[in-house]
Amino acid sequence: MEFFKKPTQIRFMATRKWWYTLSAVMIALSLVALWRPGLNYGIDFTGGIAVEVAYPSAADLDRARAALTQAGFTDAQVQNFGTSRDVIVRLEPRTDVSGTVIGNRVLEVLKTVEPNVELRRIDVVGPQVGGELREKGFLAMLFTFIFILAYIWFRFEFKLGLGAILAAMHTPIVIIGYFAATQLTFDLTVLAAVLAVVGYQINDTVVVFDRARERFPLMRGATPGDVLDAAVNQTLSRTVITSGATMIVVAALLFLAGEALRGFSIAILIGIVVGTYSSIYIASASALDLGLSAEDLMSVRHEKGPVDDLP
Amino acid sequence: MTEFPRWKSITVLLALIFGVIFAVPNLFAEDPAVQVARRSYEPINNVQQQAIEAIVRDAGIAHADSFISDGRLTLRFADVADQLKARDAISAKAAEQYVVALTRATRMPKFMRQLGLKPMSLGLDLRGGLYLLYQVDVDGAVAQLLERLEQEFRKTLRDERIPYVDITRTGQQVRVELRNAADVERARENLFKANPDLTITSGADAATLLMELRPEQVKERQDYAIQQNITTLRNRVNELGVSEPIVQRQGLDRIAVQLPGVQNSAEVKDILGKTATLEFRLVDTANDPEEAVRLGRAPLGAKLYRDRNGGPVLLKRDVIATGDQLTDATHGVTQQEGPAVFVKLDGRGAAEMLKTTQANLGRPMAVVFIEKVRRTVERDGKKVEVDVTEEQVISVATIQGVFSSSFQITGLRLNEASNTALLLRAGSLAAPIYPIEERAIGPSLGQDNVDKGIGALFVGSLLLFVAMAIYYKGMGLIADAILLFNVVLLAALLTLLQASLTLPGIAGIVLTVAMAVDANILIYERIREELRNGNSPLASISAGFDKAFSAIADSNVTAFIAGVVLFVFGTGPIKGFAVTLCLGIVTTLFTAILGSRALMHFIYGRRRRVERLSI
Repeated sequence: MEFFKKPTQIRFMATRKWWYTLSAVMIALSLVALWRPGLNYGIDFTGGIAVEVAYPSAADLDRARAALTQAGFTDAQVQNFGTSRDVIVRLEPRTDVSGTVIGNRVLEVLKTVEPNVELRRIDVVGPQVGGELREKGFLAMLFTFIFILAYIWFRFEFKLGLGAILAAMHTPIVIIGYFAATQLTFDLTVLAAVLAVVGYQINDTVVVFDRARERFPLMRGATPGDVLDAAVNQTLSRTVITSGATMIVVAALLFLAGEALRGFSIAILIGIVVGTYSSIYIASASALDLGLSAEDLMSVRHEKGPVDDLP
Repeated sequence: MTEFPRWKSITVLLALIFGVIFAVPNLFAEDPAVQVARRSYEPINNVQQQAIEAIVRDAGIAHADSFISDGRLTLRFADVADQLKARDAISAKAAEQYVVALTRATRMPKFMRQLGLKPMSLGLDLRGGLYLLYQVDVDGAVAQLLERLEQEFRKTLRDERIPYVDITRTGQQVRVELRNAADVERARENLFKANPDLTITSGADAATLLMELRPEQVKERQDYAIQQNITTLRNRVNELGVSEPIVQRQGLDRIAVQLPGVQNSAEVKDILGKTATLEFRLVDTANDPEEAVRLGRAPLGAKLYRDRNGGPVLLKRDVIATGDQLTDATHGVTQQEGPAVFVKLDGRGAAEMLKTTQANLGRPMAVVFIEKVRRTVERDGKKVEVDVTEEQVISVATIQGVFSSSFQITGLRLNEASNTALLLRAGSLAAPIYPIEERAIGPSLGQDNVDKGIGALFVGSLLLFVAMAIYYKGMGLIADAILLFNVVLLAALLTLLQASLTLPGIAGIVLTVAMAVDANILIYERIREELRNGNSPLASISAGFDKAFSAIADSNVTAFIAGVVLFVFGTGPIKGFAVTLCLGIVTTLFTAILGSRALMHFIYGRRRRVERLSI
């Protein structure tokens, strides 16, 4: 089977204004969602208490809420977690009593409504830990970008590196925007997924740049735009097949791995879609608009044979 | 015929053998087991192993396997009922000698264990258990040091008969106010002799001396406190009987504790975080405690305490011995006075105790129970946390005879006696600790996570294998074999490193499979391109690999960079994810570039002519 029997000749560079507009709209929408309603941070980042319990049959959330309010847990948020039998109770951080003690008390209260409720998990995160994790997450994102920019600069060229980073910034913004818009919980595993996706999506971009690096000496008299167009077209088959294959596997993770990895899988799925789009339409185009010239591409070392800087 | 160096084929073959050997232990299921460790922390030997096996056998329980690893004995059973019965039997017969913990053990055959093979260790989110992150109050440790110095200064000055007005602590300073300015030099010499590494300067007026800790001394004390706390927490965890506990420093002033399988988190936490210790002091019989209460201050050289009923007791300021000087503590019940803790003092404590009891026969001595707790109080409408030291006189007894190293303490309630003995045995915390993060994962959730995670990995891989076989036909099957090789190699590396597998770690493996296919696709698309350009099949394979190489290398390096950053900044399960991601990239590069080429060489390379490729 082969989807791309003949090499495509799509003029990606000529139509780039349209793709920029689309990207701008996506980013604007994401920023709006980040402003209102904003990210729904999990307790990893806010600090607080989460108690996960399993009911023998579908849980009556209203009765659970009423019992908790009556017992003095007025700030308790009671929600289903994955299935109708799994329930998660979230509480604000408190300092007067130890978190596990509170967790056990919540369980006792829930047991007065349904005696056969089973404790699955108690998470207690102090407010200071939450703040630190947020800070670390931001730093991790920043360092990932800086190091990747440095690497592409070293291996290819500065403007290509900047193009790759611009395209890659897309991905986390849209993922975070999606999480804000849908109010899905943004926790540590989602953040890990976002960072992994940044690394992964730059894959796609690098493959295109690699082809441009290879093609340029063979295309005498071609403009940088032509070379980049050729590179995107010639790698299009691989880009689409790889993304499809990755999505198959991540979809299995989304549907089968349970609630704990749901946010993670969703983030990666969005990352693949946006990442594929931006490495086809944005990365090369923005390098071009940053002033990528024939000289720049000439100066790119064309590597033949094994490189010696494998990880 | 294509050219492919023999040594590369051999490397691939060796990697395959290595992968299979180390990955295989993970295929065996687990059974309930008990783990037995000696209370003295010495490793269990064969004689003790046989004795314990005999206890279990006498209780009518058959064990499936019995072996010693890391100085602990593991007995594996067919079901949970046998496991629990065995634990009770061992505890009933030999509780003083051994600590018994419930655990799970692999069904892996004996010969594999003798080869030193082990299955992957599972993270808490996969096996259930308790994770605690403690903040160490390092300032508290420095305050304790200053308090000790203050007491030493008093003793030194008194021993040297140098009169002083007061000795006070402020910040990281101890201020000594002498009665006569003429004594300053003598006092300085003597204080310096006792503690040569201190900096002692003159104070504001002629009769005052100042002792201040240097920054490196403060730092040293803080490091010591954390190390000491880690040791103490390890001892306490061992006393509690937890299999494979992890206690490690995290960052500057934190300690992470992982207790697999622990369910009763509240009780465990209570024991771990306790900063309880004992002090032995003489009772001040010369002054009236009621008088001190009325005046609101204790007379010179004495300190006002409360007993268990809230009544005032005046004790001498000098401590005879503290909990640090205890070498052993056990609990029991005495006939006359109920629950008791039997303690043994070290040489210094014993000498002091001997001297004190000789000089004070017939006088009362008190035992003070000291505990640091963190309380939240309302201050200016805001909730603030304050650390309170609760000191309580638990017993006052007349010194009936001269004693030194061994004696008993009464006046405690039964569970207090056992907990206090445990705490004294395990050592006291050099600085108070407070939990700032707690995660308790139930066993059913752990098992669920394993089942679902592995299920997703299995189904995802299967779908991918089918898709590759359909899209690239024969070559797709080669890719499938290579992907399988990749997973085996990754599992082997994770097992070898004993990096604990977490749910995000499983996600990392799934993602590795997804990303590894990319390297294969890059190569196959290149081969197809070369074929379209009219090259011969073998030349196309060769060119496909060569030309795809730089793209594969560069694209994986960027993903690797993201993985490393995640590892550096991540904690807990995220670190597990980062480790699998990074190792996965290494195995992907190896299998896709070397492994895949070796396999193609094996299939096509040895033929004289290849008419067409199945791609």
